Amino acid sequence: MTQPASSAQPQASPDAGRPLLEIEHLKTYYPIRAGIVRRTVGHVKAVDDVSFQIRKGEVFGLVGESGCGKTTLGRTLLRLEKPTGGEVKMDGRNILAFKGNDLKALRRRIQVIFQDPVGSLNPRMPVSDIIGEGLMAQATPENGWSERKTRDRRTGDFLEVVGLRRDYARRYPHEFSGGQRQRIGIARALALDPEFVFADEPVSALDVSIQSQILNLMSDLREQFNLTYLFVAHNLSVVQYISDRVGVMYLGKLVEVADVADLYAHPRHPYTVALLSAVPDPDPRVRKKRLVLHGDVPSPAKPPTGCRFHTRCWLREQLGNPERCSTEDPAARDMGGGHQVACHFAEQVSRSVAAETIQGVIAPRAQEPNPVVAEA
Amino acid sequence: MTTDVQDGTQALRAGVGDVLLDVRDLRTHFKVMDGLVKAVDGVSFSVRKGGRLALVGESGCGKSVTALSIMRLIETPPGIFAGGEIMFNGRDLLRLSDAEIRKVRGGQIAMIFQEPMTSLNPVLTVGAQLTEAILLHQETDKKGARRIAQKALEDVGVADARRRLDQYPHELSGGMRQRVMIAMALSCNPALIIADEPTTALDVTIQRQILELIKDIQTRTGAALLLITHDLGVVAETVDDVAVMYAGRVVETGSVDEVLLRPRHPYTRGLLESIPSQGKRGKRLSVIKGMVPNPFRMPPGCKFQPRCPYQWDDCGTGEPALISLDESISSRCFLHDPRFRDRLAAYDSPMGDPA
Repeated sequence: MTQPASSAQPQASPDAGRPLLEIEHLKTYYPIRAGIVRRTVGHVKAVDDVSFQIRKGEVFGLVGESGCGKTTLGRTLLRLEKPTGGEVKMDGRNILAFKGNDLKALRRRIQVIFQDPVGSLNPRMPVSDIIGEGLMAQATPENGWSERKTRDRRTGDFLEVVGLRRDYARRYPHEFSGGQRQRIGIARALALDPEFVFADEPVSALDVSIQSQILNLMSDLREQFNLTYLFVAHNLSVVQYISDRVGVMYLGKLVEVADVADLYAHPRHPYTVALLSAVPDPDPRVRKKRLVLHGDVPSPAKPPTGCRFHTRCWLREQLGNPERCSTEDPAARDMGGGHQVACHFAEQVSRSVAAETIQGVIAPRAQEPNPVVAEA
Repeated sequence: MTTDVQDGTQALRAGVGDVLLDVRDLRTHFKVMDGLVKAVDGVSFSVRKGGRLALVGESGCGKSVTALSIMRLIETPPGIFAGGEIMFNGRDLLRLSDAEIRKVRGGQIAMIFQEPMTSLNPVLTVGAQLTEAILLHQETDKKGARRIAQKALEDVGVADARRRLDQYPHELSGGMRQRVMIAMALSCNPALIIADEPTTALDVTIQRQILELIKDIQTRTGAALLLITHDLGVVAETVDDVAVMYAGRVVETGSVDEVLLRPRHPYTRGLLESIPSQGKRGKRLSVIKGMVPNPFRMPPGCKFQPRCPYQWDDCGTGEPALISLDESISSRCFLHDPRFRDRLAAYDSPMGDPA
């Protein structure tokens, strides 16, 4: 047998679109300690009051710059970080409160693919142990994973699933290239038959030609195993390619959530507009009028008051620096069609503003019109 | 000057008098325990005065080794300059003495490295590191050097430059460190700036700031730019000409518009096709099958042949030369050999738009 039997629900269609994870007011703070007695003098609010849903079967892309909290958010969902507040519901139950057997069962259902294919595989373990270790930990009388033979068979099956040879199980991580190691990382996650996979910058460390191989593989596996992905990346083109819906984070806050096409064509948050305008385009005919943000991302230990983006916001400048931006933290609002934005003046980021600041194309392409261009 | 017109690099050597940097058939090898690694094996390109050229390729293609060879920052041994020449302002950098190259390095040629944290000295203040280079290459005293350093920081958009001079690298953000690196590179008015993946470690919005800064400075100072990168997006908007590298060789060179819109080499086409974009949503990304060849077991013939979707028998036996197609483009591929004209038709037909 080459195709491993999946014990997850074989038909996903009736469930598709229903929320798999409901994240409500999630907060993850890290204490800042100082002095001899290591007194807590403040907090880094890595994830600060974030709410959104991840639907069954979708790829939810999460973008943002380093330090914005996107990885911490994913790790909190996986119960790898201790949340400070809020709830994450799966099948109506708050998984942040899980203990004992519930938690152990949860760990099989939610898995992770790490960014660094070198650092995330133990160099002293052969691949069979790297993949087998998780199986051993999740062994039950039903699945029989406590038996070495069963484990080895399953390891081999999943190596084939990710496009490697069965006998690679005997090899060690250093014998593989970066792309192959990432495949091993994926096999390790999928061998446990998860429903939800948190992919933390899975292709960031890879070359372009290898990156496309891994993206194709992840798309195939999603269909084959009815997976739901939380796909974290800083490369906006990759996120655009693979995601169904996208969330944008800035300094611990989720500032915008929308369907992927909607978000890239009509960004409503000034930060998203700036982020999209900053991406270099490999088509030399595309000449964007660049929106260059001033300054650096502020320290998450001392975030600005009010809207956290107000210190760098171009829209606030255009509007004559309204006081509201620096005093009142904007709540997420629905702009229609599930497009959520946390900005007091999102209406002002109108089509004209977005089109004017983002684009300017010399020769638009015939077969592949850029939606933003079409808008202008 | 040169009369070897068959050589495709002639295309980029237009206007011989204007050429600032002319790398010809550079071969940088490394003798290591397991054998000889030919990291750079026959690389030729040239940069005009005030020109902008990018060397682009994936990890291990030899682009950084090429840059380090120009700066003579290759340790010998294990490195060996096995052949070629690097003509800069009429002098072969490979033949300069250590003292002479030290004058060029940091003076006439400056380098911006990828990782600003590791390329700045953590135990010296920003000011100390900036003035060191200035004192070495310019006729001035300590006070004057500090003034020049402060001016250099202001020129690259560092706010509060006077205070920054007394800070240590760890007190600065990633973008700020890269600005310091650029200030350092510019402080001695170089004729050529080599930027090795200058924005790879930075976030998108900071990358944008630094790219705009590099472009601005390049036009302001008139220095030539040699950009090393793996990002074709950065190439498209920063430089005029590009040389695509694979397995230690230049496989295609030409103007950015030509190379990125009508790639003549199957590798360049494969790279462009594998970049994810919105138009490819829901479709499979095209991939370049397999991986970069093992440096100890290079395939015979064309180095890209084992991964090439267009390859045929001839590709495995002889290695194609860099064939000049017209003034602005050349490609190292048998497809452009007049003997195989019918195959080129097949290459040209199936796909209209590469990107």
